[in-house]
Amino acid sequence: MKSIRNVLGLHFTTLIMFGLLFPLLIWGIGKLFPQQANGFPIYKSGKLIGFANIGQKFTEDKYFWGRPSAVDYNAASTGGSNFGPTNPAYLDSVEHRINDFLKRNPGIKRVQIPADLVTASGSGIDPDISVQGALVQIPRVARARGLSEDQLKRLVDEHIGKPLFGLFGPERVNVLKLNLALDKLN
Amino acid sequence: MDTDMSGIIFGFLFTVILAVPFGKYISKVFKGEKVWTDFFTPLENLIFKISAIDPNEEMDWKKSMKAMLLLNLIFFIWSFAVLLVQGWIPILNPARIASMEPSLAFHSAVSFVTNTNMQAYSGETSATYFSQMFVFTFLQFVSAGTGIAALALIFKGLTQRQASNLGNFYNLFLKSCTRILLPLAFVVSIILLLNGVPQTFKAQQKTLTLQGDTVRVATGPVASMISIKQLGTNGGGYFGTNSAHPFENPNYLTDMVENFSILFIPIALVFSFGYYLDRKKLAWIFFGIMTLLFITFAAININYETAGNPLITKMGINQSLGNMEGKEVRFGAAASAYWGVSTTSTSNGSVNSMHDSQMPLSGGVYMLDMMINALYGGVGVGFINFFIYIIIAIFISGLMVGRTPEFLGKKIEAKEVKIAALVLLVTPFLVLVPTAIASYAVAKNPNLPWLNNPSFHGFSAMLYQFTSCNANNGSNFAGLGINNYFWNIIGGIVIFIGRFIPIIGPVAIAGMMAEKKYIPESVGTLKAESYTFAFMVLGIIIIVSALNFFPALALGPIAEHLAL
Repeated sequence: MKSIRNVLGLHFTTLIMFGLLFPLLIWGIGKLFPQQANGFPIYKSGKLIGFANIGQKFTEDKYFWGRPSAVDYNAASTGGSNFGPTNPAYLDSVEHRINDFLKRNPGIKRVQIPADLVTASGSGIDPDISVQGALVQIPRVARARGLSEDQLKRLVDEHIGKPLFGLFGPERVNVLKLNLALDKLN
Repeated sequence: MDTDMSGIIFGFLFTVILAVPFGKYISKVFKGEKVWTDFFTPLENLIFKISAIDPNEEMDWKKSMKAMLLLNLIFFIWSFAVLLVQGWIPILNPARIASMEPSLAFHSAVSFVTNTNMQAYSGETSATYFSQMFVFTFLQFVSAGTGIAALALIFKGLTQRQASNLGNFYNLFLKSCTRILLPLAFVVSIILLLNGVPQTFKAQQKTLTLQGDTVRVATGPVASMISIKQLGTNGGGYFGTNSAHPFENPNYLTDMVENFSILFIPIALVFSFGYYLDRKKLAWIFFGIMTLLFITFAAININYETAGNPLITKMGINQSLGNMEGKEVRFGAAASAYWGVSTTSTSNGSVNSMHDSQMPLSGGVYMLDMMINALYGGVGVGFINFFIYIIIAIFISGLMVGRTPEFLGKKIEAKEVKIAALVLLVTPFLVLVPTAIASYAVAKNPNLPWLNNPSFHGFSAMLYQFTSCNANNGSNFAGLGINNYFWNIIGGIVIFIGRFIPIIGPVAIAGMMAEKKYIPESVGTLKAESYTFAFMVLGIIIIVSALNFFPALALGPIAEHLAL
């Protein structure tokens, strides 16, 4: 009987400590950093239009596109394709995306398309594309917006996320931030 | 050197450099010596008082294992009950998520109580904020504390001279939680929070995107869970896509911090062995054996993932990023492969990329890593698994020289070796038999909605699943449809046995060794601090894994690789 009392006591005290007080403590500290603790929300004229790190679906010619998504950028139910590397259905879908991309970006050659633009991300809401992934879209966006390619090249350069401390990790371009800046150009 | 590789190399070295002093700290906590976290003493004493526990009461191995099982039973009953009724709990459920179906609730409860964190549910659609906090975050602390406490019992057993006392399980359990896990979890949570991992009780956020779509974005008390998920080698994500989700792992810094957290305590525990027993050199030898295999595995996978999928290369696109299917741009192929090896070495199981979409041999390495399950390993249990390999290595060495084997001044006799062999054989049994049954079911009924990939890769997914369940890892080939009776129930049973047999067996061995007479080392003793012994242990790890699993691996990842 004593051991039942022991384990029940331990259970409920640790439950309160780790299940309730610890999350509340972090939440309380988060109150001091509302931007961070809410995941960097982005507002436009008072309306919530997204989060800096949550990718959005872009399909129109006038926007830079993000990566293919297995869940169509559904941020309430994320997921990857989970296709194996030799699955014929997977290889078909990549070939299909390459052809689509070529059709909508005339003048681009296959070898210019980086892998990230034709493969589905892990989360389905990857906020980033590679630098090459942005550069290769410049001619299309420039045509759709009537802007010069040089102007867009400069804009992309400004939006390259550098490696951490300049030392660690890959370069990347945040698609939502780039497109927001793009809308400001016009 | 490119920035992808420098991030990995710096990350690993940084982890090891901090793990050495932390190992010393852990050994002091285990021994009850003075440490800077003594300010927890009043709180701990209060908890002991409420629970009527005398933290100095001595327990032998049977008593401490009884305490562990009873405590874990209460954790299970609580969690199972909450998940069954979470939809009816009126608070902390803004998205109005329903209760879990019984087999899913059973699987989820077993999975989190055992530190496995295999998820047949997706956090954002199937777990209320109440469950995320009072079941999952809570269990991520206490299941990790259970594993660490079990290891502390073994350390004590190895230092006893003819005494049965292994320490007090309740005391070790609570102090593992408050003095090892909690301070680290606090620091990591704050770093994550400052980088945009949410900690909020708001409901899903409705956004109107630039293109004019309405998208709901799931959020919640994430930062407090992700820290302990990594530090406690739990691995169960707040969201379905785990650490690939930008709210769990928003940038390369958080990726490095989380990967650090995955490896930190498991590596520190290897060094704590050295400090606790005052055999620091031996701890470095063990660390060396583990690291040799760890780095080999990481090198193989980084190579395959950065090289990219040759079938995609044939399509003529630019493959300089490597195999990007299922990966995130902010981490890149190399850091994703390094993470994969970290998470499968340590029985963590969180993922920052989808293992299902990695190259065949990368997937094979992950499985082998989990089959060994002792390269650093899960918090506490990793070193416990390694202890079994040590016992077998000593036994075989003893046979080779024709002497009764000894380890740390204690004879290893038939009883201990039998237990070690049993523990070692449970793994292939729990992995291969259910995989065979599942394969048979699929072969008989190809319409079963389990596999989303055909052929060799489909077999790999099932083999990976049971390997992960048995290793209490929790990662999987996520394309496998596992939320159904077969996988929930059989998987739950494998997880349960795969947790408790490999804890109880080794603690029993340590308990028996503790009661034996100490024999000083003589000329005939195989010195633990020697190359011969190190090679024996390494050889045993490789031979046992190869004999048990090579045929199965040949049918899955190796066959898929050869067919590329």
